[in-house]
Amino acid sequence: MDDENDIGVVKRFLYVNRRAPHGSIYALESLETVLIGAAFDQDVSVLFVDDGVFQLKKDQQPDALGMKNFSKTFRALEMYDVEKIYVEDESLSERGLSVDDLLIDVESLPRNKIGALMDAQDVVLSF
Amino acid sequence: MKIAVVVNEGPYQHQAADSAWHFVSAALARGHEINRVFFYHDGVNNGSRLTTPPQDDRHIQQRWSELARQHNLDLVLCVAACQRRGLVDADEKKRHGKDADNIADGFRISGLGQLIEASVEADRVVSFGD
Repeated sequence: MDDENDIGVVKRFLYVNRRAPHGSIYALESLETVLIGAAFDQDVSVLFVDDGVFQLKKDQQPDALGMKNFSKTFRALEMYDVEKIYVEDESLSERGLSVDDLLIDVESLPRNKIGALMDAQDVVLSF
Repeated sequence: MKIAVVVNEGPYQHQAADSAWHFVSAALARGHEINRVFFYHDGVNNGSRLTTPPQDDRHIQQRWSELARQHNLDLVLCVAACQRRGLVDADEKKRHGKDADNIADGFRISGLGQLIEASVEADRVVSFGD
C-alpha cells in the first residue's frame, strides 16, 4: 500500500473537526479522509474544536439512534501513525469536558495557540 | 497558481456549490490552473445528470459540465460519498447490480486519494462548505 500511494512529496495536512459525531455525516466522512491521508504517507495532524470535541467522548452509545459507533476507530489512528491529535482547551471546558473524558490521548491547546498550529500547515481541511 | 478546490455541499441547499463554481470560473479567467475539483459529502450531488431545476433558475450541474468541457477540468466525485447517496457511474452500476447510472458529463467517480493527491500537487487548496 505504501508504494502504491507514494506520491513523492510529504505535506503537512491538518484536519479540523468542528461538529458533533452524530446529527450530520461530517465527522464520519472526515475520519475516512484522515485515514486515507495517512495511508498516503502525508504528515497528518488532527484538531478537534467546538462540538467536534464530542467526537472523542468516551462511552458513546449511538446504537440507540441506529447509528454506527465509529468512535472506536479513533483508537486505530495510532496504527496509521496519526499521533498528532489536538483538542482546544476552551472547547472542552465550555462543554463540561476534560481530557479525562476522551477515549484517546490528545494534546490540548489553548485557543490562542490554534492559529499558530494552522499557520504551520500546508493544507487545512475543515469538516 | 495551481489551485485544488473542494466542494462539500450539495447544489441549491447551500450557496457553497454556487460559490465554488464562481471561484473556479474567476480563477480560470485570471489564468490560474485548477488541477482538480473534488466533491465530497453532499457535494457529490452536484454531479447528478438527473438534476432538473425550474427553467428560470440556474442549472448548477450543467454549469459544472460546461466549465469542464471548456477548460478540460477534472471534476471528481468521492466514491464512498457517492455510494451512500445513490450517485452511480457505468462501472458502479455494473459492480453493484443497479438498474441505472446518473453521472453527468465531465464528472468522474474516484477515491479520496484523489483529494490527497490534488492537495499535495496544488499550491493552494480552497474549500467550499457549511
